[in-house]
Amino acid sequence: MIAYLGRRLIQSLLILLGVSLITFALLYLLPADPVRQIAGRSATPETVENIRRQLGLDQPFIVQYWHYLARLLGGDLGRSYIQRSEVTELIVSRLPASLLLMVGAILCELAIGLTMGLIAAVRRGTATDQTLMVASFVGVSAPQFVVGLLLLYVFAVRLGWFPIGGYGSWRHLVLPSLTMGILGAGWYARMMRSSMIDVLRQDYMRTARAKGLARGAILFRHALPNAILPVVAMIGIDVGVFMGGIVVVESVFGWPGIGQLAWQAIQRVDIPIIMGVTLVSAFAIVLGNLLADIIAPFIDPRIKLR
Amino acid sequence: MSAGVVDEHADAAAKAAAGPVLEITGLSVGVRGEDGEREVVSGLSLSLGRGETLCIAGESGSGKSMTALAIMRLLPQPAGRISAGTIRLFDKDGSAVELTALDERRMRGIRGDRIAMIFQEPMTSLNPVLSIGRQLTESIEAHTGLSHAEAQRRAVEALKAVRISEAESRLKQFPHELSGGMRQRVMIAMALALEPDVLIADEPTTALDVTVQGEVLELLRDLQRQHGTSVILITHDMGVVAEMADRVIVMRNGRMVEEGTTADIFTGPQAAYTQELLAAVPRIGSGVGRRASAEPDPATRDKVAVVNDLHVRFDLRGGFFGRVNRRVHAVEGVSFSIAPNETLALVGESGCGKSTTAKALAGLVPYTGAVKIGGRELSGLGGDARKAVRRDVQMVFQDPYASLDPRMRVGDLVAEPLLIHGIGSRQERQSQVAALFERVGLSAAQMELYPHEFSGGQRQRICIARALALKPKLIIADESVSALDVSVQARVLDLLKELQREFGVAYLFISHDMAVVENISDRVAVMYLGQIVEIGSRDQVFSNPRHPYTRRLIEAVPVPDPSRRRPRFARLDREIPSSTRRIGESVPKLVLKDFGGGHLAAIAD
Repeated sequence: MIAYLGRRLIQSLLILLGVSLITFALLYLLPADPVRQIAGRSATPETVENIRRQLGLDQPFIVQYWHYLARLLGGDLGRSYIQRSEVTELIVSRLPASLLLMVGAILCELAIGLTMGLIAAVRRGTATDQTLMVASFVGVSAPQFVVGLLLLYVFAVRLGWFPIGGYGSWRHLVLPSLTMGILGAGWYARMMRSSMIDVLRQDYMRTARAKGLARGAILFRHALPNAILPVVAMIGIDVGVFMGGIVVVESVFGWPGIGQLAWQAIQRVDIPIIMGVTLVSAFAIVLGNLLADIIAPFIDPRIKLR
Repeated sequence: MSAGVVDEHADAAAKAAAGPVLEITGLSVGVRGEDGEREVVSGLSLSLGRGETLCIAGESGSGKSMTALAIMRLLPQPAGRISAGTIRLFDKDGSAVELTALDERRMRGIRGDRIAMIFQEPMTSLNPVLSIGRQLTESIEAHTGLSHAEAQRRAVEALKAVRISEAESRLKQFPHELSGGMRQRVMIAMALALEPDVLIADEPTTALDVTVQGEVLELLRDLQRQHGTSVILITHDMGVVAEMADRVIVMRNGRMVEEGTTADIFTGPQAAYTQELLAAVPRIGSGVGRRASAEPDPATRDKVAVVNDLHVRFDLRGGFFGRVNRRVHAVEGVSFSIAPNETLALVGESGCGKSTTAKALAGLVPYTGAVKIGGRELSGLGGDARKAVRRDVQMVFQDPYASLDPRMRVGDLVAEPLLIHGIGSRQERQSQVAALFERVGLSAAQMELYPHEFSGGQRQRICIARALALKPKLIIADESVSALDVSVQARVLDLLKELQREFGVAYLFISHDMAVVENISDRVAVMYLGQIVEIGSRDQVFSNPRHPYTRRLIEAVPVPDPSRRRPRFARLDREIPSSTRRIGESVPKLVLKDFGGGHLAAIAD
């Protein structure tokens, strides 16, 4: 187990290194010039060159990347070009909001998705099954900004059950979590349904019925743990999807998380923030996958970490 | 234990007199398919006496498993249903419950408590994510008011009853940590923990190795004697029937063909189908289907295949850097040769390395050692030469359902080897395939069909045709008849023999079934833990087995003759050791002693 964790940790560091290199290279190749953004339209060529030198942006790519990496190893993500403050501080101050949103979204998609999938599998071939599958299809295909605006219109504007935007109480959390969760719920419902149908066909399910167990025990003790395994692996991958969704959803709901931070930074070519948010996201994805892999043996004893 | 026929009669009569525990009248079971409902059991009536063992025998599709599921009311939903008939379960005082009329909740009370069932596949019949203890105690808790601790104690008792050692610690283990035989014992423990009136065992030993099968059957018999459980044993194996049954019901196409005491069925079968079925059963030492063992003269004939000191090892990785730290020694210094027109059988139990040996011979796994096919050394050859050698070795696999691509027409499947090796024009290939189809007992018109339109036996004929297409010198038949019903099996074996006479092809025939091996082979090699422990002509090995393991294998085969029930089977209390070893750990090499006439066995005098 310790050897496994050690190996996975080294792998994770290599992944993060790769992500940093690729992101840095892409931003370097970007036609937009961050210095122009900082200096403003009316700045003289001398001022522009001055700022460029100050930020070290006149150096060759390798040197720039090397400097960035050296600072990164010291835990320093650099300073924002526009906001004039440390990127680390900006991210740390906004991370709790995003994490909260992510937890809310995961709970939503698991609760909705797994329930739908379970019911559809048990009622396979009936009208209930078909209705649920159509619903999941809509969930999967609806763009998040549309879902977000729709939810806002119905539940905030019309019914007034939840606030229109902002951050603070659990009521603020509901609509953005739902918006993010609905997409995943669609996927999970489909996955859970096929996985469950597969499990219900297994020989050991027949054994469980032959023992004279009650329906609930058969379903929840014998079928569910077997069916949920592929879903657990999916949660790890899902963290990555969330990172993409967070940029849109946080903007729609005015949620003060790193998604919003990233959105503002992208518009103003604020490279240190973009880099910082990307690395934090990559770290979250790597961590999510690691967690999913660590949880798996607790569900299925046949899986051994090595 | 001497079991005379007369005793059996008296015994069976006494059991019947005690009144039935289960009575089925006019049972019909329908299964809805795409083209309407099909009757899979029609008008079946039977009664099961207290303490009696009733065998339902029949081939696949005879409706025997459906009957069992109907009794449990576990027919596949929503397609299956009981369309007519009654199933009555009697109490000790003679009062009866009509099972077909019970609602699901009351039926649940019967399942597991009064009627228990064990299934064919021990590897998949236990839930992989729940511990053995949990799976045992949950049914005890569901049917009794016992506390968890009491249920646990009961579970330990049940495990001890099925002779599982260290029962307490087994409760914490998971199914994948146990071998197939152990899992089937856990299944039996689970079924018998609540001392049901009726135990339904659906092919309980079919998936097990033959020596393990012997142990499990004996265990079932002992437990039945202790508890007085009535048993319905469903099997396709007439050997198991002879060994276990008081009475026999023979089924075919959903109908009962014949019913009688075991002695009557075996000595004087009335129905033509029963006679056929019994005639098709391969028997050890019966003389049926035997031909004079070919007398190969090892010195003068050119060998088709010569294998010398073959080793196949698979690396297992582990540790921090995923380095190789253990190895499976699947094949360990195996040597043999096969002459043209000869059948060498490779026998042994699962995991002994027989299939791996075959794969090495066909060039499908990396190996060390010398393999010569048709006089050419395989390992030194380049791509093209290797391909040419491969033409000479073809394989027929076990599962005729999985070894044919479902998206290709069978004619194309048989023509494919010709195409790969660039033989003939399109027309020539076509006519050659047509000839092959006729030869294996199919018609050329069937070339246009797809695999799913054929039965298991027909598919295996297609696989044989495909193997023959390149006119190979050697065909490796890896458990090629194991998945087939006995009557089909007998016909496929006959076909293989005919083809050998006609084409002079040699067979490497891999099987776990000693009776089949005796039927087809000229020479026999017995493998155990990756090494050959005995090799010799068929007569030498079967009439005069030298190695104790060979003797065990032969003794373990159930004899399809109730008057020859075996004495108690020597039990093996430990599991077969693993052939996985740490790096650097050496494997003791067996030295084969020559007993003359090519008969070698690994025994120290």
